[in-house]
Amino acid sequence: MIKVAEEPILNANIPDGPIETKWKTHKANIKLVSPANKRKYTVIVVGTGLAGGSAAASLGELGYNVLNFCIQDTPRRAHSVAAQGGINAAKNYQNDGDSVWRLFYDTVKGGDFRAREANVYRLAEMSANIIDQCAAQGVPFAREYGGTLANRSFGGAQVSRTFYARGQTGQQLLLGCYSSLMRQVDAGRVKLFPRREMLDLVVVDGRARGIVCRNLVTGAIESYAADAVLLATGGYSTVFFLSTNAVNCNVTAAWRCHKRGAFFANPCYTQIHPTCIPLAGASQSKLTLMSESLRNDGRVWVPKNKGDKRPPSQIPEDERDYFLERLYPAFGNLVPRDIASRAAKRMCDTGYGVGNTGYAVYLDFSDAIQRLGRDVVRERYGNLFDMYHEITNESPYETPMRIYPAPHYTMGGLWVDYNLMSTIPGLHVLGEANFSDHGANRLGASALMQGLADGYFVIPYTLGHYLADSGVLKNKVTTDHPAFKEAAAAAAEQTKRLVGARGKKTVREFHWELGRIMWDHVGMSRNAKGLEGAIRDIRALREDFWKNVSVGGSDGDFNKNLEFAGRVADFMELGELMAIDALHRNESCGGHFREEYQTPEGEAMRDDKNFCYVGAWQWSGNASEPVLHKEDLEFDYVHLAQRSYK
Amino acid sequence: MKFNIKVWRQAGPNAKGGFKSYAVDGILPEMSLLEMLDVLNEQLTKQGEEPVAFDSDCREGICGTCGLVVNGMAHGSRLKCTTCELRMRHFEDGATVTIEPFRAKSFPIIKDLVVDRSAFDRIIAAGGYISVNAGSAPDANAVLVPKDIAEKAMDSAACIGCGACVAACPNASASLFVSAKITQFALLPQGQAERERRALRMVEQMDKEGFGNCSNHAECEAACPKGISIGNIATMRREYMRAAARYEERAEAAGAG
Repeated sequence: MIKVAEEPILNANIPDGPIETKWKTHKANIKLVSPANKRKYTVIVVGTGLAGGSAAASLGELGYNVLNFCIQDTPRRAHSVAAQGGINAAKNYQNDGDSVWRLFYDTVKGGDFRAREANVYRLAEMSANIIDQCAAQGVPFAREYGGTLANRSFGGAQVSRTFYARGQTGQQLLLGCYSSLMRQVDAGRVKLFPRREMLDLVVVDGRARGIVCRNLVTGAIESYAADAVLLATGGYSTVFFLSTNAVNCNVTAAWRCHKRGAFFANPCYTQIHPTCIPLAGASQSKLTLMSESLRNDGRVWVPKNKGDKRPPSQIPEDERDYFLERLYPAFGNLVPRDIASRAAKRMCDTGYGVGNTGYAVYLDFSDAIQRLGRDVVRERYGNLFDMYHEITNESPYETPMRIYPAPHYTMGGLWVDYNLMSTIPGLHVLGEANFSDHGANRLGASALMQGLADGYFVIPYTLGHYLADSGVLKNKVTTDHPAFKEAAAAAAEQTKRLVGARGKKTVREFHWELGRIMWDHVGMSRNAKGLEGAIRDIRALREDFWKNVSVGGSDGDFNKNLEFAGRVADFMELGELMAIDALHRNESCGGHFREEYQTPEGEAMRDDKNFCYVGAWQWSGNASEPVLHKEDLEFDYVHLAQRSYK
Repeated sequence: MKFNIKVWRQAGPNAKGGFKSYAVDGILPEMSLLEMLDVLNEQLTKQGEEPVAFDSDCREGICGTCGLVVNGMAHGSRLKCTTCELRMRHFEDGATVTIEPFRAKSFPIIKDLVVDRSAFDRIIAAGGYISVNAGSAPDANAVLVPKDIAEKAMDSAACIGCGACVAACPNASASLFVSAKITQFALLPQGQAERERRALRMVEQMDKEGFGNCSNHAECEAACPKGISIGNIATMRREYMRAAARYEERAEAAGAG
């Protein structure tokens, strides 16, 4: 039985007034920190991806003292670097009818009406500034011959609003952001702490005042005090073990904040990306994404006959089922990700899948190559084709790609209000780590947009308001405070316990098992029975983990096993919360598909009467008994409707 | 497939290192070299021996974290391929695979195969940026960049900062890395305001970090997983000369001295 909080309604602090002017009004009303006072404040930023890096750089530019932490050896390697396809912006450079309104509308609809309207509108408004900022930083976006910016289309939109830098848009935006960050490092306003893993949040008098982290080279437990903490530590797709995320991506920093009082919102909203290279073997460490942009020119199909094992070239045109084009004629291959993933899964589950395992569909470029020529196709997708070739030993120029969905992004995350502040005053959460803008499904090319909007254009305003309003300056805290001592001691104790564990199973084996449970029962398609079983299995696995895991090595130096052990321990708790959240949400929406709730055509069926809210979970001290708080969602501008891409 | 892995083990920065050999079995041809090391590490953990420390993250060739010298070559012998993308089907079954860290004075070893490449960050901090505060940018289409220029800038910008160029160079020069950034910004109209300062400061920092000089071996280009051309180094030299001449003129004219 789920415990629901007595005084539920979470206040998101959304400004009054029409949606078009909310942000403007808010900016005019919030408090400011004067230029001379900014240097008196210290701000901790955890994470150096698009959200964290842009926040740290922008706050440095404003004159704050910034301490910026990351687990990588340099900020430039944060996982934003791997984003391929592009970044959306309502520039309407193509004269094709785009506008802030349309981007807003597409995002709310794409998120299956489970996002907060005011946040999404602000995001759409800022999208254009982001492109300006990045172009000015020297990001080499794709251009037309005349020198203007080029665009391409992405899923869930009928306009061309995606800006890109070949298949490396995330890398280029991150390097732009990193260069601005390093400029602030040079100016002495940002101090970098690479190879540090945040292990706890320090809360003093109800406010976030610092962090405890482990130095991943020396093993030392370090404490840092500040006037506010910004968390930009990304998503938790690696709970599935196999995902498109980097192997070091984890939920630990966010989870430790959750355990200190930050609510975790919509944990069950995970995105399974339709176009990834299928699993090949049991020792595989990750799945590789093939950018959604490929669906601009690639056509998805399976054979019309079940179990047809002929090579694709020998299957004649009239024996192919271009199922996305057949099912969704208006959007065709460019339907949103959740829809495309589920359609592919359905085809494979019913016996139409291809490849050795039968768990793959074709993504075919032969039409595009015929229409545009090999050179144009190479110019658009060359690096992706090379990557595919290198991994599978097959050339997409000669034979269709085989693709299958894989965990890719998590829409859920720590709950934040309109100011990006969590339920712990002073703790702000940015980018994928928060829950705010994508509802139950994120549209392609919107993650980069959100990360940068949060860091460049939202937090520089809302953080100033918090600092000026909270009076933290008059109440400086140092790491001598007992709260720091307590947190550091707890972190050291857990580290000691893990490093001393000499059981029979490796950390990786536990992670793999957890991943199987999550993928089978809390993945693309869920049902009550499976979820109940998953909850039982996760609890048992967690218990076994603490008894039977083997870590080894020393806690006094570089120890990957130890790092992973701490992360897997947290995933064991998060996994259960995801299942609990998925079980309680008796509806299907976006990436959360409950088999009991579907239309006759197999599409997601929402229950707006009972579930039009954000489910934000409070840690109760016991991973199996979280407390549910609700933030009701109101749709004043985009009317609730069954999502249709037909 | 079976392999004999001969791998560099070194307990810490100041410890004495040496090769150690391990046998692994059951490796599939589609596995990457790093996945083979995962298998080895699982094996070692189960035997109570300390796993081999190595860095990796995205495992799809874009983050630049991984970097090993495989059979004497940075990122192995495949062209335009990072270590994490290197598949075992390119090796002969039963072969010995020698794995070492990137070796350079400016990349001190942390442990086993993990090195410290923070020198690269300090070079970028010295000038690898365009100074534009958030919020102060003009409309993106207000500054036109011809398509061919944008493409060339992108070719240089594709660098992932892995350091293979340094590891491959007999002089341990960082010229390819530094020149790629200088070239990207020198090509773009947005990069003009700080063009001279950037070239001077980045080159100066590169020297300070103890990297060697470029003497045109072109090993860097061959090792680069992103195909960055040594043409960038020629550009860097021109940029440096040009900057050395002009920067002083401008500084004098501005009365700075």
